[in-house]
Amino acid sequence: MRGPRPYMRPAESLWWAHPPYLAYTLREATGVAVAGYALVLLTGLISLASGEVAYDAWLGFLKSPWSLALHLLFFIGMIAHVWSWFQIMPKTMPRFVIGGRILPQNWITAAGLVVAMVAFIVTLVVAGWMQA
Amino acid sequence: MLPDTAAGAASREIMIEVLRYRSETDLRPAWQVYRVPFTDDMSVLQGLQYIKDHLDGTLSFRWSCRMAICGSCGMMIDAEPKLACMTFLRHYYPGPLTVEPLAHFPIERDLVVSVDGFIKKIESIYPYLIPKTARRPEEGEYLQTPSQLARYESFSDCINCMLCYAACPQFGENPDFIGPGAMALLQRYNGDSRDGAQAKRMELVHTENGAWSCTAVGYCSEVCPKQVDPANAVNQNKTRSALDFFLRALDRHAHSESSAPDGGAP
Repeated sequence: MRGPRPYMRPAESLWWAHPPYLAYTLREATGVAVAGYALVLLTGLISLASGEVAYDAWLGFLKSPWSLALHLLFFIGMIAHVWSWFQIMPKTMPRFVIGGRILPQNWITAAGLVVAMVAFIVTLVVAGWMQA
Repeated sequence: MLPDTAAGAASREIMIEVLRYRSETDLRPAWQVYRVPFTDDMSVLQGLQYIKDHLDGTLSFRWSCRMAICGSCGMMIDAEPKLACMTFLRHYYPGPLTVEPLAHFPIERDLVVSVDGFIKKIESIYPYLIPKTARRPEEGEYLQTPSQLARYESFSDCINCMLCYAACPQFGENPDFIGPGAMALLQRYNGDSRDGAQAKRMELVHTENGAWSCTAVGYCSEVCPKQVDPANAVNQNKTRSALDFFLRALDRHAHSESSAPDGGAP
Protein backbone atom coordinates (compact mmCIF):
# COMPACT_ATOMS: atom_id res chain seq x y z
CA MET A 1 0.00 0.00 0.00
CA ARG A 2 1.54 3.28 -1.12
CA GLY A 3 0.03 6.75 -0.98
CA PRO A 4 0.86 9.77 -3.12
CA ARG A 5 3.81 11.84 -1.99
CA PRO A 6 3.41 14.63 -1.32
CA TYR A 7 -0.25 14.32 -0.38
CA MET A 8 -2.45 17.29 -1.26
CA ARG A 9 -5.54 17.63 0.91
CA PRO A 10 -8.59 18.88 -0.99
CA ALA A 11 -9.34 22.60 -0.51
CA GLU A 12 -12.13 23.36 1.94
CA SER A 13 -14.95 24.88 -0.14
CA LEU A 14 -16.96 26.17 2.85
CA TRP A 15 -13.99 27.97 4.43
CA TRP A 16 -15.97 31.23 4.61
CA ALA A 17 -18.47 29.65 7.01
CA HIS A 18 -15.80 28.86 9.64
CA PRO A 19 -15.22 31.12 12.67
CA PRO A 20 -11.93 32.82 11.71
CA TYR A 21 -13.48 33.95 8.43
CA LEU A 22 -16.94 35.00 9.68
CA ALA A 23 -15.96 38.67 10.06
CA TYR A 24 -14.79 38.65 6.44
CA THR A 25 -17.89 36.83 5.23
CA LEU A 26 -20.10 39.31 7.10
CA ARG A 27 -18.21 42.25 5.59
CA GLU A 28 -18.58 40.90 2.06
CA ALA A 29 -22.22 39.85 2.48
CA THR A 30 -23.33 43.14 4.00
CA GLY A 31 -21.82 44.90 0.99
CA VAL A 32 -25.09 43.87 -0.66
CA ALA A 33 -26.93 46.22 1.74
CA VAL A 34 -24.66 49.10 0.66
CA ALA A 35 -25.36 48.30 -3.01
CA GLY A 36 -29.08 48.06 -2.13
CA TYR A 37 -29.09 51.55 -0.65
CA ALA A 38 -27.26 52.89 -3.68
CA LEU A 39 -29.87 51.28 -5.95
CA VAL A 40 -32.75 52.83 -4.01
CA LEU A 41 -31.15 56.28 -4.29
CA LEU A 42 -30.37 55.76 -7.98
CA THR A 43 -34.00 54.78 -8.65
CA GLY A 44 -35.04 57.94 -6.82
CA LEU A 45 -32.76 60.07 -8.95
CA ILE A 46 -34.04 58.50 -12.19
CA SER A 47 -37.68 58.94 -11.14
CA LEU A 48 -36.94 62.56 -10.18
CA ALA A 49 -35.57 63.16 -13.66
CA SER A 50 -38.60 61.42 -15.23
CA GLY A 51 -41.06 63.92 -13.73
CA GLU A 52 -43.43 64.44 -10.84
CA VAL A 53 -45.62 61.34 -11.34
CA ALA A 54 -42.67 58.98 -11.27
CA TYR A 55 -41.13 60.78 -8.30
CA ASP A 56 -44.40 60.59 -6.32
CA ALA A 57 -44.65 56.88 -7.13
CA TRP A 58 -41.12 56.42 -5.81
CA LEU A 59 -41.98 58.34 -2.62
CA GLY A 60 -45.09 56.15 -2.30
CA PHE A 61 -42.93 53.04 -2.59
CA LEU A 62 -40.63 54.32 0.14
CA LYS A 63 -43.59 54.61 2.53
CA SER A 64 -44.82 51.06 1.87
CA PRO A 65 -44.31 48.41 4.59
CA TRP A 66 -42.17 46.38 2.16
CA SER A 67 -39.83 49.29 1.71
CA LEU A 68 -39.68 49.94 5.47
CA ALA A 69 -38.78 46.30 6.12
CA LEU A 70 -36.19 46.42 3.35
CA HIS A 71 -34.70 49.61 4.78
CA LEU A 72 -34.52 48.12 8.25
CA LEU A 73 -32.62 45.16 6.76
CA PHE A 74 -30.33 47.50 4.79
CA PHE A 75 -29.73 49.58 7.91
CA ILE A 76 -28.65 46.60 10.01
CA GLY A 77 -26.45 45.40 7.14
CA MET A 78 -24.99 48.88 6.75
CA ILE A 79 -24.06 49.15 10.44
CA ALA A 80 -22.36 45.73 10.32
CA HIS A 81 -20.56 46.74 7.11
CA VAL A 82 -19.36 50.07 8.48
CA TRP A 83 -18.08 48.42 11.67
CA SER A 84 -16.34 45.59 9.86
CA TRP A 85 -14.97 47.76 7.05
CA PHE A 86 -13.24 50.21 9.39
CA GLN A 87 -11.68 47.26 11.22
CA ILE A 88 -9.86 46.20 8.04
CA MET A 89 -9.28 49.71 6.63
CA PRO A 90 -5.84 50.27 8.24
CA LYS A 91 -4.62 47.11 6.48
CA THR A 92 -5.63 48.47 3.09
CA MET A 93 -3.70 51.73 3.19
CA PRO A 94 -0.10 52.90 3.22
CA ARG A 95 1.44 53.51 6.63
CA PHE A 96 1.31 56.95 8.19
CA VAL A 97 4.64 57.68 9.78
CA ILE A 98 4.67 60.60 12.21
CA GLY A 99 7.96 61.55 13.85
CA GLY A 100 9.55 58.20 13.01
CA ARG A 101 6.65 56.15 14.40
CA ILE A 102 3.79 54.41 12.66
CA LEU A 103 0.32 55.73 13.43
CA PRO A 104 -1.38 52.88 15.38
CA GLN A 105 -3.95 50.99 13.32
CA ASN A 106 -6.70 51.26 15.93
CA TRP A 107 -6.46 55.06 15.69
CA ILE A 108 -7.27 54.82 11.99
CA THR A 109 -10.20 52.48 12.76
CA ALA A 110 -11.45 54.83 15.48
CA ALA A 111 -11.13 57.87 13.18
CA GLY A 112 -13.14 56.09 10.48
CA LEU A 113 -15.89 55.12 12.89
CA VAL A 114 -16.09 58.66 14.30
CA VAL A 115 -16.36 60.15 10.81
CA ALA A 116 -19.10 57.62 9.93
CA MET A 117 -21.02 58.45 13.10
CA VAL A 118 -20.72 62.22 12.59
CA ALA A 119 -21.89 61.83 8.97
CA PHE A 120 -24.87 59.79 10.16
CA ILE A 121 -25.90 62.33 12.81
CA VAL A 122 -25.41 65.30 10.47
CA THR A 123 -27.58 63.57 7.84
CA LEU A 124 -30.32 62.95 10.42
CA VAL A 125 -30.19 66.56 11.65
CA VAL A 126 -30.28 68.00 8.12
CA ALA A 127 -33.12 65.66 7.13
CA GLY A 128 -35.09 66.63 10.26
CA TRP A 129 -34.42 70.32 9.63
CA MET A 130 -35.64 70.02 6.01
CA GLN A 131 -38.81 68.27 7.17
CA ALA A 132 -39.54 71.06 9.65
CA MET B 1 16.18 15.91 28.67
CA LEU B 2 13.30 18.29 29.15
CA PRO B 3 10.32 16.06 28.29
CA ASP B 4 11.58 13.44 30.79
CA THR B 5 11.77 15.87 33.70
CA ALA B 6 8.49 17.39 32.65
CA ALA B 7 6.85 13.97 32.54
CA GLY B 8 8.27 13.22 35.98
CA ALA B 9 6.54 16.24 37.45
CA ALA B 10 3.42 15.90 35.34
CA SER B 11 0.17 15.67 37.20
CA ARG B 12 -2.23 15.98 34.30
CA GLU B 13 -2.71 14.14 31.04
CA ILE B 14 -3.99 15.58 27.77
CA MET B 15 -5.33 13.81 24.69
CA ILE B 16 -3.54 14.86 21.51
CA GLU B 17 -4.98 13.81 18.15
CA VAL B 18 -2.35 13.97 15.45
CA LEU B 19 -3.10 13.79 11.73
CA ARG B 20 -0.60 11.24 10.49
CA TYR B 21 0.49 10.42 6.98
CA ARG B 22 3.21 7.99 5.90
CA SER B 23 3.14 7.52 2.14
CA GLU B 24 4.87 4.14 2.32
CA THR B 25 1.92 2.62 4.22
CA ASP B 26 -0.99 5.12 4.09
CA LEU B 27 -3.25 5.99 1.19
CA ARG B 28 -4.56 9.06 2.98
CA PRO B 29 -3.94 10.94 6.25
CA ALA B 30 -5.60 9.49 9.38
CA TRP B 31 -5.95 10.57 13.00
CA GLN B 32 -3.96 8.94 15.77
CA VAL B 33 -4.61 9.64 19.45
CA TYR B 34 -1.93 9.94 22.13
CA ARG B 35 -2.27 10.49 25.86
CA VAL B 36 0.46 12.85 26.95
CA PRO B 37 1.35 13.75 30.55
CA PHE B 38 2.17 17.43 30.79
CA THR B 39 3.09 20.29 33.11
CA ASP B 40 1.86 23.87 32.86
CA ASP B 41 5.06 25.07 31.21
CA MET B 42 4.95 22.54 28.35
CA SER B 43 4.35 23.70 24.80
CA VAL B 44 2.58 21.68 22.12
CA LEU B 45 6.02 21.11 20.61
CA GLN B 46 7.20 19.55 23.88
CA GLY B 47 4.07 17.39 23.82
CA LEU B 48 5.04 16.15 20.36
CA GLN B 49 8.60 15.56 21.54
CA TYR B 50 7.21 13.51 24.44
CA ILE B 51 5.26 11.39 21.95
CA LYS B 52 8.34 10.87 19.79
CA ASP B 53 10.60 10.00 22.73
CA HIS B 54 8.23 7.84 24.77
CA LEU B 55 5.17 6.73 22.80
CA ASP B 56 5.83 6.57 19.08
CA GLY B 57 9.22 7.17 17.49
CA THR B 58 7.78 7.19 13.98
CA LEU B 59 6.05 10.58 14.37
CA SER B 60 7.65 13.24 12.13
CA PHE B 61 7.57 17.01 12.66
CA ARG B 62 9.89 19.95 12.09
CA TRP B 63 11.33 22.03 14.87
CA SER B 64 14.54 23.79 15.79
CA CYS B 65 14.81 26.80 18.10
CA ARG B 66 11.87 26.20 20.51
CA MET B 67 11.49 29.98 20.97
CA ALA B 68 9.54 31.37 18.02
CA ILE B 69 12.58 32.52 16.08
CA CYS B 70 13.24 29.83 13.48
CA GLY B 71 9.70 29.43 12.10
CA SER B 72 10.01 25.64 11.67
CA CYS B 73 7.20 24.31 13.86
CA GLY B 74 4.15 25.91 12.24
CA MET B 75 1.14 23.57 12.31
CA MET B 76 -2.63 23.60 12.69
CA ILE B 77 -3.43 23.40 16.40
CA ASP B 78 -7.17 22.98 16.95
CA ALA B 79 -7.58 24.09 13.31
CA GLU B 80 -5.70 27.37 13.85
CA PRO B 81 -2.27 28.04 12.31
CA LYS B 82 0.17 28.37 15.21
CA LEU B 83 3.81 27.83 16.13
CA ALA B 84 3.85 24.66 18.27
CA CYS B 85 6.62 26.14 20.44
CA MET B 86 4.62 29.21 21.44
CA THR B 87 1.34 27.38 22.10
CA PHE B 88 0.82 25.82 25.50
CA LEU B 89 -0.84 22.50 26.25
CA ARG B 90 -2.48 23.86 29.39
CA HIS B 91 -4.80 26.06 27.31
CA TYR B 92 -6.28 22.96 25.69
CA TYR B 93 -6.69 20.79 28.79
CA PRO B 94 -8.32 18.26 28.95
CA GLY B 95 -8.40 18.05 25.19
CA PRO B 96 -8.68 16.35 22.86
CA LEU B 97 -6.47 18.77 21.04
CA THR B 98 -5.98 18.28 17.30
CA VAL B 99 -2.63 18.77 15.59
CA GLU B 100 -2.47 18.80 11.77
CA PRO B 101 0.11 19.81 9.19
CA LEU B 102 -0.23 23.42 7.94
CA ALA B 103 -3.35 23.82 5.82
CA HIS B 104 -3.07 24.40 2.03
CA PHE B 105 0.38 22.80 1.77
CA PRO B 106 1.22 19.36 0.34
CA ILE B 107 2.01 16.87 3.13
CA GLU B 108 5.39 15.14 2.90
CA ARG B 109 4.97 13.07 6.04
CA ASP B 110 2.91 13.46 9.21
CA LEU B 111 3.25 17.14 10.23
CA VAL B 112 5.96 17.90 7.68
CA VAL B 113 4.77 19.90 4.66
CA SER B 114 6.47 20.68 1.38
CA VAL B 115 7.92 24.21 1.35
CA ASP B 116 9.23 24.18 -2.23
CA GLY B 117 6.53 26.46 -3.63
CA PHE B 118 7.05 29.02 -0.89
CA ILE B 119 10.84 29.04 -1.35
CA LYS B 120 10.39 29.62 -5.11
CA LYS B 121 8.11 32.58 -4.39
CA ILE B 122 10.61 34.06 -1.95
CA GLU B 123 13.33 33.69 -4.60
CA SER B 124 11.16 35.30 -7.27
CA ILE B 125 10.72 38.67 -5.56
CA TYR B 126 14.40 39.79 -5.71
CA PRO B 127 14.77 39.44 -1.93
CA TYR B 128 17.79 41.73 -1.55
CA LEU B 129 18.55 45.43 -1.72
CA ILE B 130 19.21 46.68 -5.21
CA PRO B 131 20.57 50.18 -4.57
CA LYS B 132 19.31 53.15 -6.59
CA THR B 133 22.89 54.13 -7.23
CA ALA B 134 25.69 51.77 -6.22
CA ARG B 135 28.16 53.31 -3.80
CA ARG B 136 31.79 52.37 -3.26
CA PRO B 137 32.92 51.71 0.37
CA GLU B 138 34.85 54.97 0.53
CA GLU B 139 31.63 56.85 -0.29
CA GLY B 140 30.17 55.72 3.05
CA GLU B 141 26.96 54.02 4.16
CA TYR B 142 23.50 54.17 2.64
CA LEU B 143 21.77 56.44 5.15
CA GLN B 144 18.21 56.10 6.33
CA THR B 145 16.09 58.09 8.81
CA PRO B 146 13.94 56.43 11.55
CA SER B 147 10.82 57.51 9.61
CA GLN B 148 12.06 55.78 6.46
CA LEU B 149 12.83 52.66 8.50
CA ALA B 150 9.36 52.66 10.13
CA ARG B 151 7.70 52.37 6.71
CA TYR B 152 8.94 48.82 6.16
CA GLU B 153 10.41 47.66 9.48
CA SER B 154 7.69 45.17 10.51
CA PHE B 155 7.88 43.51 7.08
CA SER B 156 11.53 42.63 7.78
CA ASP B 157 10.52 40.65 10.89
CA CYS B 158 9.13 37.68 8.92
CA ILE B 159 10.52 34.29 10.01
CA ASN B 160 9.09 32.35 7.02
CA CYS B 161 6.90 30.14 9.23
CA MET B 162 4.12 30.12 6.58
CA LEU B 163 1.30 30.43 9.12
CA CYS B 164 -0.11 33.27 6.99
CA TYR B 165 -0.37 30.92 4.01
CA ALA B 166 -2.27 28.38 6.09
CA ALA B 167 -4.61 31.23 7.12
CA CYS B 168 -5.19 32.45 3.56
CA PRO B 169 -8.24 30.95 1.81
CA GLN B 170 -7.17 32.48 -1.51
CA PHE B 171 -3.86 30.62 -1.36
CA GLY B 172 -5.91 27.50 -0.56
CA GLU B 173 -7.86 27.96 -3.79
CA ASN B 174 -4.91 29.07 -5.92
CA PRO B 175 -1.49 27.70 -4.88
CA ASP B 176 0.18 30.02 -7.42
CA PHE B 177 -0.95 33.14 -5.52
CA ILE B 178 2.29 34.74 -4.31
CA GLY B 179 0.67 35.00 -0.88
CA PRO B 180 1.06 37.11 2.25
CA GLY B 181 4.55 36.05 3.36
CA ALA B 182 6.38 36.60 0.08
CA MET B 183 4.47 39.85 -0.45
CA ALA B 184 5.55 41.10 2.99
CA LEU B 185 9.17 40.42 2.04
CA LEU B 186 8.60 42.13 -1.31
CA GLN B 187 7.29 45.19 0.51
CA ARG B 188 10.23 45.04 2.92
CA TYR B 189 12.45 45.86 -0.06
CA ASN B 190 10.05 47.99 -2.10
CA GLY B 191 9.34 50.12 0.95
CA ASP B 192 13.03 50.62 1.69
CA SER B 193 14.24 54.13 0.80
CA ARG B 194 17.65 52.73 -0.24
CA ASP B 195 16.19 50.32 -2.80
CA GLY B 196 15.80 51.16 -6.46
CA ALA B 197 14.19 48.04 -7.96
CA GLN B 198 10.52 48.80 -7.25
CA ALA B 199 9.56 48.66 -10.93
CA LYS B 200 11.06 45.18 -11.25
CA ARG B 201 9.12 43.82 -8.28
CA MET B 202 5.92 45.59 -9.32
CA GLU B 203 5.85 43.39 -12.42
CA LEU B 204 5.08 40.50 -10.03
CA VAL B 205 2.57 42.54 -8.03
CA HIS B 206 0.51 43.52 -11.11
CA THR B 207 -0.39 39.96 -12.08
CA GLU B 208 -3.43 37.86 -11.15
CA ASN B 209 -1.16 35.78 -8.90
CA GLY B 210 0.30 38.96 -7.40
CA ALA B 211 -1.57 41.35 -5.13
CA TRP B 212 -4.87 40.92 -6.99
CA SER B 213 -5.64 37.40 -5.77
CA CYS B 214 -6.05 38.87 -2.28
CA THR B 215 -9.59 39.69 -1.17
CA ALA B 216 -8.55 41.38 2.11
CA VAL B 217 -9.63 38.62 4.46
CA GLY B 218 -7.03 39.81 6.97
CA TYR B 219 -6.66 36.53 8.89
CA CYS B 220 -3.01 36.27 7.77
CA SER B 221 -2.09 39.27 9.92
CA GLU B 222 -4.02 37.87 12.88
CA VAL B 223 -2.11 34.56 12.94
CA CYS B 224 1.33 36.10 12.33
CA PRO B 225 3.52 35.33 15.39
CA LYS B 226 5.78 38.31 14.63
CA GLN B 227 3.20 41.06 13.93
CA VAL B 228 4.59 41.45 10.43
CA ASP B 229 1.13 42.47 9.16
CA PRO B 230 1.35 40.80 5.72
CA ALA B 231 -2.25 41.83 4.91
CA ASN B 232 -1.06 45.43 4.98
CA ALA B 233 1.86 44.59 2.67
CA VAL B 234 -0.42 42.95 0.09
CA ASN B 235 -3.06 45.68 0.20
CA GLN B 236 -0.58 48.58 0.01
CA ASN B 237 0.58 46.95 -3.17
CA LYS B 238 -2.93 46.89 -4.61
CA THR B 239 -3.01 50.68 -4.25
CA ARG B 240 0.43 50.97 -5.85
CA SER B 241 -0.50 48.56 -8.61
CA ALA B 242 -3.68 50.48 -9.41
CA LEU B 243 -1.76 53.77 -9.42
CA ASP B 244 0.88 52.26 -11.71
CA PHE B 245 -1.87 51.07 -14.04
CA PHE B 246 -3.37 54.53 -14.43
CA LEU B 247 -0.01 56.23 -14.70
CA ARG B 248 0.96 53.74 -17.39
CA ALA B 249 -2.25 54.41 -19.26
CA LEU B 250 -1.46 58.14 -19.07
CA ASP B 251 2.06 57.82 -20.33
CA ARG B 252 3.42 54.45 -21.42
CA HIS B 253 6.59 55.99 -22.70
CA ALA B 254 7.51 57.69 -19.43
CA HIS B 255 6.84 54.47 -17.54
CA SER B 256 9.25 52.41 -19.61
CA GLU B 257 11.97 55.06 -19.08
CA SER B 258 11.49 55.08 -15.31
CA SER B 259 12.03 51.31 -15.01
CA ALA B 260 14.92 50.30 -12.82
CA PRO B 261 18.09 49.18 -14.64
CA ASP B 262 18.59 45.43 -14.86
CA GLY B 263 21.26 43.72 -12.83
CA GLY B 264 22.52 44.81 -9.45
CA ALA B 265 21.98 41.42 -7.84
CA PRO B 266 24.72 40.44 -5.41
